[in-house]
Amino acid sequence: MKAAVVVFPGSNRERDMIAALEQISGRRPDVVWHADTELPKVDLIVVPGGFSYGDYLRSGAIAARAPIMRTIAERAAAGVAVLGVCNGFQILCEAGLLPGVLMRNAGLRFVCKEVHLRVETTASPFTADYEAGDVIRCPVAHGDGNYRCDDETFRRLTGDERIAFRYVDATGARTPAANPNGSLDDIAGILSEARNVLGMMPHPENLIEPLHGGTDCRPLFESLVERLGVAA
Amino acid sequence: MKARVTVTLKNGVLDPQGKAIGNALHSLGFPGVGAVRQGKVFDVEIAETDRTAAEAALSAMAEKLLANTVIENYSVEIIG
Repeated sequence: MKAAVVVFPGSNRERDMIAALEQISGRRPDVVWHADTELPKVDLIVVPGGFSYGDYLRSGAIAARAPIMRTIAERAAAGVAVLGVCNGFQILCEAGLLPGVLMRNAGLRFVCKEVHLRVETTASPFTADYEAGDVIRCPVAHGDGNYRCDDETFRRLTGDERIAFRYVDATGARTPAANPNGSLDDIAGILSEARNVLGMMPHPENLIEPLHGGTDCRPLFESLVERLGVAA
Repeated sequence: MKARVTVTLKNGVLDPQGKAIGNALHSLGFPGVGAVRQGKVFDVEIAETDRTAAEAALSAMAEKLLANTVIENYSVEIIG
């Protein structure tokens, strides 16, 4: 699997993402600067976390209008897998690759901790290696993770099973206390209509080896490698 | 020409910041304060002499960047 990681001014989680991709796919991903319009031919495009453009205007708003985003939108439309984590999720929403918006956490605080996620669908190249209903641990670190969308979008997300992950407690139950940011319907991650774009607030790249304290998120990357690995 | 674009949250969209500001106003001794909603104001200089054209350009700017119309409304006003 060949991957590219897109870096904006203010991205800061690309290093861990690059390390995770390299460790699990065996290939070092290309790193693409935001001002580039050329994107190498890759199987996976990752928009990592951080504070692109200092979160000016709205989280992800300026990055979403960078030249490279047009190329990413074209590739996504052609079926290339795109993963946006944290600020990357915010950017994909602002760019219109995913519906909805990430607003300020309901508690107003930046949350940095480990949460539990429930895998809600295995019908995607990102989640195929999990079982539906699996409860996994995953770290979060964000101030704007409160997912919102209009009623019609929400109906489509649920109807088409495009909610990839929900915040739950350790037993897999949805409780107000398990939701770190007030996100609508405990949404932690969603898929595009064609299911090749995933945006999620938690950081799967930070729970992939025993030294991280667990490997719960490794199947996400392994799933991508298995499904996208042969295409290169 | 100078214009002002005002961006506000749509009705029904939760505004935790506005709520916190409202609470702070209460604790400062303004008991009559009801709901507070926080928004943004952009003062934009534009090289345009025609009012209608300027308004149209600013609306396009608001649609494309200044506002996220999923959660925000905007209004455009020529101020000089």
